[in-house]
Amino acid sequence: MAGGNGELKLLGMWASPFVTRAKLALHIKGLPYEYVEEDLGNKSALFLSSNPVHKTVPVLIHNGKPICESSVIVQYIDDAFPGVGTPLLPADPYERAVARFWAAYIEDKVVTSWAPVFRVKTDEERDEAARQTLAAVEVLEGALKECSGGKGAFFGGDSVGYVDVLLGGLVSWLKANEPLTGTKLIDATKTPLLAAWMERFCELDVAKAVLQDVDAVVEYAMALRVRLAASSAANN
Amino acid sequence: MAGEKRKGLQLLDFWVSPFGQRCRIALDEKALPYEYLEQDLGNKSELLIRSNPVHKKIPVLVHDGRPVCESLIIVQYIDEAFSSSSSLLPSDPYARAQARFWADYIDKKVYDCGTRLWKTKGEPQQQARKEMVEILKTLEGALGDKPYFGGDEFGFVDVAFVPFTAWFLTYERFGEISVEKECPKLAAWAKRCGERESVKKNLSPPEKVYEFIATLKKKFGIE
Repeated sequence: MAGGNGELKLLGMWASPFVTRAKLALHIKGLPYEYVEEDLGNKSALFLSSNPVHKTVPVLIHNGKPICESSVIVQYIDDAFPGVGTPLLPADPYERAVARFWAAYIEDKVVTSWAPVFRVKTDEERDEAARQTLAAVEVLEGALKECSGGKGAFFGGDSVGYVDVLLGGLVSWLKANEPLTGTKLIDATKTPLLAAWMERFCELDVAKAVLQDVDAVVEYAMALRVRLAASSAANN
Repeated sequence: MAGEKRKGLQLLDFWVSPFGQRCRIALDEKALPYEYLEQDLGNKSELLIRSNPVHKKIPVLVHDGRPVCESLIIVQYIDEAFSSSSSLLPSDPYARAQARFWADYIDKKVYDCGTRLWKTKGEPQQQARKEMVEILKTLEGALGDKPYFGGDEFGFVDVAFVPFTAWFLTYERFGEISVEKECPKLAAWAKRCGERESVKKNLSPPEKVYEFIATLKKKFGIE
């Protein structure tokens, strides 16, 4: 088994919000790791052998063994390093179930509704995707109220937890949405708790260390949109 | 939600749902008594809407009056809240990560592709056939030569996937896929799981699943 004791390697792509989640978890736990930027247009042998099923980033390699899927990686980091830093998931089984529920909601309703925004061709499709994403964000506002118990600052209560990490990874893209599409996803007038959460989250040292520059994300997304439009035109 | 916090376990469910069956199997594996409450999905009960206001879907496990939603979250909850009986998830963090990865894969791929197999015709159905074979072969690869996905013991991934074995007949008849032929190890695993009490008791008979889907197809006018 290649790799030394506790050797952590993260295969990623700088713009990916899913990679950002993994980075956030590693930084919160204070775990040193080697970051490898993957060229997704020319995938490395290590990358392909580490995630043959999905061929996506992030992949965390711990002592030579790969872990894939951002939510699985974040839970793994929490499980494998129990004594280190604050646990991301609470100890109580019911509270864990609630955290997992909102994590799944973010995946199924926010990310899934939102991703098409960058791929769809018509304005109608884009508006529909935006509408669905905004509806999901409003539900999350209610979740934050419930989870933070009114007094806490985060979904995890007083400290950053599992849901905060999963949503936190998306922050630069959430902010990029307005310059890209004209729609503000986290609007203080509509979802004040989430807006405050986002500000608070961005003030954290780990966020400052890890979150991508919003302008860079905007530029990346615009170039991606152009590339996708060109390739679909070529295929028609 | 006035006063009454009912003690004990209730499962809001729908008879043919593979997601509900995951929960029933987990409850039985842990020897946990519970009240089964069949839901009318065409006319959702106040209890269901109150217990799962976000999605209004089954299954929902209600434990001492508190609802848990989403089948794999329910199974993990059952495992963690009743940790004295044998575990469904392994204790080793890496093995746990692998189990979660494969359960996530099953969730992302199987039901959606299976639905397209019986709901579509022509080109989209051919595409769904190809995809389903690939999905099954990938899962067979993950199983390898082990008796169960987790190794020697029936566990989380087995619970996640086994309800779909009742759908193999439906995939065969509508989608022209023979699991026996394409993935013999997976077919053998299905048979092995089928010998467990919890699975025997809770899976729908394959012919009943087929009838159910055949009726749905007629209802949707899919010939």
